[in-house]
Amino acid sequence: MDFPILSLIIFLPLLGATFIFLFRYQKDTNKSAIYVSIFTSLANLLLAFFLWFLFDNNYTGFQFIEEKNWISGLIKFKLGIDGISILFILLTAFITPICIFSCINSVKERVKEFLIAILVLETFMIGVFCSLDLVIFYLFFEAGLIPMFLIIGIWGGERRVYSAFKFFLYTLLGSVLMLVAIISIYWITGTTDITSINEIKIPSEFQYILWLAFFSSFAVKMPMWPVHTWLPDAHVEAPTAGSVILAAILLKMGGYGFLRFSIPLFPVATEYFTPMIYFLSLIAIIYTSLVALMQEDMKKLIAYSSVAHMGYVTLGIFTLTKQGIDGGMFQMLSHGLISAALFLCVGVLYDRSHSRLIKTYGGVVNSIPKYSLVFIIFALAALGLPGTTGFLGEFLVLIGIFQKDYLIGLVATIGVVLCAAYMLWLTKRVIFGQIKNQEVKILKDVNFSEGTMLFILATIVIIFGFYPEPLLNTMNVTINGLIDNYENDLIYHLSANK
Amino acid sequence: MTYNLNILLPEIFLSISIFVILMLGVFFKKSYNLVTNLSLLALVILIVIILNTESTSVKIFTDSFIRDGYAKFIKILIIISTIFILLSSQVFIKDNNIAKFEYPIIILLSILGMFFMVSSNDLILFYLGLELQSLSLYVLASIDRDNTRSTESGVKYFVLSALSSGLLLYGCSLLYGFTGSTNFDIINNSLNIGSVGSIFAMVFILVGLAFKVSAVPFHMWTPDVYEGSPTSVTNFFSAVPKVAGLAVLIRFMQTPFENILVEWQTIIIFISIASMILGAVAAIGQNNIKRLMAYSSIGHIGYALAGVATGTDSGYMSSIVYITIYIVMSIGIFACIFLMKKNGKYTEKIHDLSGISKKHPLIAISFLIILFSLAGIPPLGGFFAKFYVFMTVIENGMYFLAIVGLLTTVISAFYYLRIIKIIYFDEFAGSFDRIRNFSISGTIFLSCILLVTFFLYPSTLNNVVSLVFTS
Repeated sequence: MDFPILSLIIFLPLLGATFIFLFRYQKDTNKSAIYVSIFTSLANLLLAFFLWFLFDNNYTGFQFIEEKNWISGLIKFKLGIDGISILFILLTAFITPICIFSCINSVKERVKEFLIAILVLETFMIGVFCSLDLVIFYLFFEAGLIPMFLIIGIWGGERRVYSAFKFFLYTLLGSVLMLVAIISIYWITGTTDITSINEIKIPSEFQYILWLAFFSSFAVKMPMWPVHTWLPDAHVEAPTAGSVILAAILLKMGGYGFLRFSIPLFPVATEYFTPMIYFLSLIAIIYTSLVALMQEDMKKLIAYSSVAHMGYVTLGIFTLTKQGIDGGMFQMLSHGLISAALFLCVGVLYDRSHSRLIKTYGGVVNSIPKYSLVFIIFALAALGLPGTTGFLGEFLVLIGIFQKDYLIGLVATIGVVLCAAYMLWLTKRVIFGQIKNQEVKILKDVNFSEGTMLFILATIVIIFGFYPEPLLNTMNVTINGLIDNYENDLIYHLSANK
Repeated sequence: MTYNLNILLPEIFLSISIFVILMLGVFFKKSYNLVTNLSLLALVILIVIILNTESTSVKIFTDSFIRDGYAKFIKILIIISTIFILLSSQVFIKDNNIAKFEYPIIILLSILGMFFMVSSNDLILFYLGLELQSLSLYVLASIDRDNTRSTESGVKYFVLSALSSGLLLYGCSLLYGFTGSTNFDIINNSLNIGSVGSIFAMVFILVGLAFKVSAVPFHMWTPDVYEGSPTSVTNFFSAVPKVAGLAVLIRFMQTPFENILVEWQTIIIFISIASMILGAVAAIGQNNIKRLMAYSSIGHIGYALAGVATGTDSGYMSSIVYITIYIVMSIGIFACIFLMKKNGKYTEKIHDLSGISKKHPLIAISFLIILFSLAGIPPLGGFFAKFYVFMTVIENGMYFLAIVGLLTTVISAFYYLRIIKIIYFDEFAGSFDRIRNFSISGTIFLSCILLVTFFLYPSTLNNVVSLVFTS
């Protein structure tokens, strides 16, 4: 394939953003900016589908590879995708138009800048999932901070400045250590191209410290306990679209990083640190679920539930079994859809009555039944009701973890119950019961654009809940290859040490 | 061939044009515009002359003056940045009544001093160049002579700088005493490791040079002089003398002190770490943007010195790349500061930037790009500058330096973010006066474009610099 489809899919949103940037301020600038951005993001979605269509499920290794000399003699601009990254590209391309649609209702001022920020962010996010070179990856990974910082800071809620700074500095602090590690890898192996590094193999004595440096970055991004504290703040203060992108895509970069870099590049260290990951993930699952129970702010509750769900993801990935990694991947994708939908739901209520507190509501079902229906669907999907994607993710993770250790599996299962507890309690307090507040009585039901978005998301959650084959098939070969490589590398390093 | 005056052509041309322009300035009334335009013309011609000279290394005047690719590159860098600084500061200079015809001439004189500095292969020539530069800078700092702050900063700069020059001269004389020569090559051959005297001399010389590039612990003058001098002068201070100082520092490490590199390194690592930390921490509480930029420049010199600290050619190259990108950012941000004019008065308070993104989206986005670049966030130019430096630092196994450096970038990101927060997140508090000037907007535009598109061809600058080093 000679046509640089990956570059196109990365830089198309940037092109759209530049186009919007060049608009002059006129009366209906906002409207045309919205049209341009919707057009760009939908075109990108089509491209992503086309890419998925072209993608060969049975090919191990990377496809659509593009290589270009970049920093001469040192680093190549190398792009390529495999069964893991294609799904994240799809997710990104799918979530972005939804964000743009949602901002029609929720963003009232500086719409043009907002759309530019979202589109630039899309470019960086897709870039992260496409890059096959550590430096390029770092470039996109860090660059995403700029638009997200602005989105939280400009369009956020009351404590937006605090949250934006916390988000930016936490992530930057994690990432600079990764930069040191990346440069060290360059001097150890002579390349930052991950396929070549896989062949050269990093000596096991370096792996531990490098793994930790990468971990510091991905753990913050994921986020894992105890560095998760930026997430509730960022989520609560970000505008709806910002929360959606944060939950649906930015958090997945951590998990993607583990799968793409930590496990294949540092197998020895991965094995060594796995108990630590289990420990942190279990704390995340139990502790943040308990914290979520006590939240009074809906967005904060969903944010804490995200941390718990991400706990399952790390648990699943580091079981290093087929089911576990499948489950982790599936959980990430399903969480991307479900939490995005839940944040949209909260956004719908917030746009109408300007409150995110649970106690403001109650008996919402009486005034806005359609809305309540979708809300319940997503709440049930989040707690892992069979027939939704949420169930499959958690189920596969638990299968994976029970193969490794019964006790850990048992504790993780408690998390499922806790998750059901806070989600159901939230539903009970918001949707059902008596109408306590006069404002709830006069709420308007979802309008066309909100309804469509939520309906599409609900359909996808249910379809893939019943028929996950397309997703599992896409990543099947890649994940098998990942596990095989991991085991071979371990054996290689063990024999090398003897 | 040792007296081939062609090799000295750029310096001769510059001296003659200084005198001609000075005469014209004296004999014509209100000659500021004429003098400025002629100076700019002279600088442009100078670029052409320098580009036309060969890059092979030649030494003349009993090996006291060296012309090589390295000096050529630094000279061109100095000229180009001066051109942009002069162009973008025109409006400011006229509005503040400092449009005296001496202004551009003194700048030209300081450039002449820098030319001799970077081309010197002899302690005496080096010292003369350094002093010519410094004396011009003292006058520049107090050019707004009716303003107490400006004169105060001039005096402050003069007193402290004279002290450091004294120390440097003392170092030079020690070196002469121990080696019997002032020539760099002879010094290099006769210095050997373990000679206590040479280490003393080296420390004194380093003190003088560290003062010129405002590295910790010899930075004390920087915030005061930056704040007190007129902004147009601060703009010049924060860019051009730094290049010359750093270039000479590298020259010293390469030739006369090559044999006692280990001792140099220890000191420079300390200076570098101290500058990075101080630059990051001290800038946090600042409310004056010029003062903030002073601390920021201290921090940036720390990063540039981290490359020098490696003591390898690739390290020196990364430092030169760093300072080049830093100059682009510095000139860009000062061009933005020239636009901070409220109710007919230029302002330096960061809080006057509050919410200007609503009224002046273009100024705001320029600030945004340059500040993120200064903070070293990819994909902007500033990131690559840091990347190259830390690449060589880690290559030489100096992990401690790299980790401290990168952690201080996180701290310093805080105060850059603070300005962005004020520009974008805060409530709108009054708009700026509209300044329509092509050279200011052109400078800002060029700076932003260079920083944003740097990632497309990140190795071009590297290639140029390495070409220069190998010639």
